[in-house]
Amino acid sequence: MDEKPKKLTGAEIVWECLIREGVEVVFGYPGGAILPTYDAFNKYRDKVHHVLVRHEQGATHMADGFARASGKVGVAMATSGPGATNMITGLATAMMDSSPIVCITGQVPTAVIGSDAFQETDIIGATIPVTKHSYLVMKVAELASTIREAFFVARTGRPGPVLIDLPKDVQNAVTEFKYPDAPIDLPGYHLPKETSDEYIGQFVQMVDDAEKPLIFAGHGVLLSNACKEVMNLAQKSSIPIATTLLGIGGVPDSHPLVLGMMGMHGEAWVNKAIQDADLLIACGMRFDDRVTGNLKTYSPNSKKIHIEIDASEINKNVQVDLAVHADLATVLRQVTPRLENRERKEWRKTISGWRQESKVRDVQSFESDSLLGAQAIRRIWEGTNGKALIISDVGQHQMLEAQYYEHDDPRTLITSGGLGTMGFSLPAAIGASFHEKQREIWVVVGDGGIQMTIMELATAVQENVNINIAIINNGYLGMVRQWQQMFYDARYAETPISSPDYVKLAEAYGMSGHRVDKLDEIIPTMKKAQKQEGPTLIEFVVEQNDMVYPMVPAGADLHDMITRPDPSFMGNGEKKEKERIK
Amino acid sequence: MKQTLITLVEDKPGVLNRIASLFRRRNFNIESLVVGHSETPGVSRMTIVADEKDAHKRGNIYFNLLKLVNVVAVKDVSNLPCVSRECLLVKVTIGPDELNSLNTITKQFGARIVDMGAETAIVEAVDEEETINEFVEALEPFNITELTRTGKIVMRCGKTHRVSGTRINTQPDDIMWSPEQVSSYH
Ligand SMILES: Cc1ncc(C[n+]2csc(CCOP(=O)(O)OP(=O)(O)O)c2C)c(N)n1
Ligand SMILES: [Mg+2]
Repeated sequence: MDEKPKKLTGAEIVWECLIREGVEVVFGYPGGAILPTYDAFNKYRDKVHHVLVRHEQGATHMADGFARASGKVGVAMATSGPGATNMITGLATAMMDSSPIVCITGQVPTAVIGSDAFQETDIIGATIPVTKHSYLVMKVAELASTIREAFFVARTGRPGPVLIDLPKDVQNAVTEFKYPDAPIDLPGYHLPKETSDEYIGQFVQMVDDAEKPLIFAGHGVLLSNACKEVMNLAQKSSIPIATTLLGIGGVPDSHPLVLGMMGMHGEAWVNKAIQDADLLIACGMRFDDRVTGNLKTYSPNSKKIHIEIDASEINKNVQVDLAVHADLATVLRQVTPRLENRERKEWRKTISGWRQESKVRDVQSFESDSLLGAQAIRRIWEGTNGKALIISDVGQHQMLEAQYYEHDDPRTLITSGGLGTMGFSLPAAIGASFHEKQREIWVVVGDGGIQMTIMELATAVQENVNINIAIINNGYLGMVRQWQQMFYDARYAETPISSPDYVKLAEAYGMSGHRVDKLDEIIPTMKKAQKQEGPTLIEFVVEQNDMVYPMVPAGADLHDMITRPDPSFMGNGEKKEKERIK
Repeated sequence: MKQTLITLVEDKPGVLNRIASLFRRRNFNIESLVVGHSETPGVSRMTIVADEKDAHKRGNIYFNLLKLVNVVAVKDVSNLPCVSRECLLVKVTIGPDELNSLNTITKQFGARIVDMGAETAIVEAVDEEETINEFVEALEPFNITELTRTGKIVMRCGKTHRVSGTRINTQPDDIMWSPEQVSSYH
């Protein structure tokens, strides 16, 4: 790049740098301390699109959703003080789920930092625990290199959120601008090196020696673009694959080797297989407590290989036998060609047996007077040919989505896994829609979660984004109600929750709204929504007392699952169910 | 078990904050933390003593430190030959008849009296942690009115472990990432 230096303000430099980083959309909200940057935006409107959000938390989730859908860095912008603090939930969400976002916050002028000036918050101090890294830019001369470095840190290694705090006088200051092109010098930023042949050899030996191996596909499979590599490994050696919640989509659910989700609400056969396996090959995941249950009894007879780009995740929760600190795709490309071809008929037959046992209890075929959440999700799957980009929120509907919507393509499920942030889905979907132009986009959200960031409906309408919002309304903070029912003797403290009339609300916001409460109304209603340009909303009125099964209670042994009571939980499905099993 | 970590960090604002935040957030116990200039401009050297029983958690501390973007290098020297020093200043009240015995104890420990007031004396000692502990014990018959210790600084024995520019001279056995370290950290 041959660029003549030109004199620019810090505010202009922000936009120049964003453009050079390939940024096409910024999600933000103006205010006093970021005013110069917004003023400069007027000159860059034709190159960057700015989305005016309705709450800065929404901006961070939008940037996050955009990042997860695209694999690129998402950008959010806010003013100092309350604007910046509103971003904390979004930063923490992105941090837990390794999502690359850059948040730019205005700050009070350098001369008054530390004086409790109007709208001053020590946002760097407040966000150190929830960012991968952060910068306070005190000199305009350092601005361009800082922004470039921030993008580099956000997207490389284990991705994560980076915050840039930008005092107002630095935005106004003028300097010669030339986008740096020297290699980024970060002496303390250690990306993994190549894995030695010795380790690859050990890896190969362990897989060849195993009789009952399992592959774990985590979020790292997507982040490392290792989807093909994982499937190649699995197919070469006929190894079944279990996914984490964030690993869903990394491997095709319809493939016979793909078993489904593991953990607290994982499939029973998957958890059984984990407890019975003699080798776990953990690919880009971190053995979260929702995945392992009781660590003391976790997969007791297995050797464990852990391939992970973040070495601080290795041996954190589960002690492993072979640690491979490396980029996943690279390592698998080295390992797979050296593996023996195996069929593993016995092992796969055992797992299929467990799978059959569970299938007969599947709630989909239950007859019920009311619509069940699982049935609603399954119909959404049918109505979208299993091809939609789904953004799910947090709660029962999220787990049902993971169980009943089969994802065959990478980056078709976006959900807040690590932090479990209610209210994530609607803004994340708006963000994702700025990347995803081919697939239908569906938000699957609870009546609790939608009300946490419902103001972003206005953003969806303003931007006329093509998203369909499926509110699974069970009249409760369902997942919490489920815990109260199971572990607190059904004392439902503050879990019944009222809702506005969503159809009217949608109309008030200027979008179309629909309501369904019967199974066979779902597909026709979906068709209506699918035909419409711009955002639409469908409220699914579902059974209030349903539960998500199976469930491994927090801290219990993974094989100690609570399965769906048989016969049917509400009684009215009992007869039908018995007939069906016959 | 005590864990001693030499940590080289970029000399930038807020780095201490990041390290302190890490230890607090991960629930790691810091016993002492000393920070000051190193031989390289722009690089500060910290000696961190952590106190964690669990070997895996000790490994986790190491990798979490190294993960911080401003941390250039970390070396766990807990089991390596090192020169290890701590500095002590202690103020005692003494009467005229006690001066002799204070002198004797001070000499015995290779310490120095560095200030005399009307009824007080300040004693300075630089030594290994244990010796400092013993010295403080020996001073107990006097009335100790003020005491301050710096915490431990260490330097590995033998050859030079060099920092060149802002980048540490990388030797595989020395400070860099390696899977060996991950899997054999027990
Ligand atoms: C911001 C936030 N607050 C509280 C919680 C705790 N929580 C987890 S699930 C849940 C209930 C969600 O209710 P709803 O959105 O209606 O979904 P449902 O479980 O009924 O499908 C709650 C309150 C959370 N995850 N996030
Ligand atoms: Mg609900």
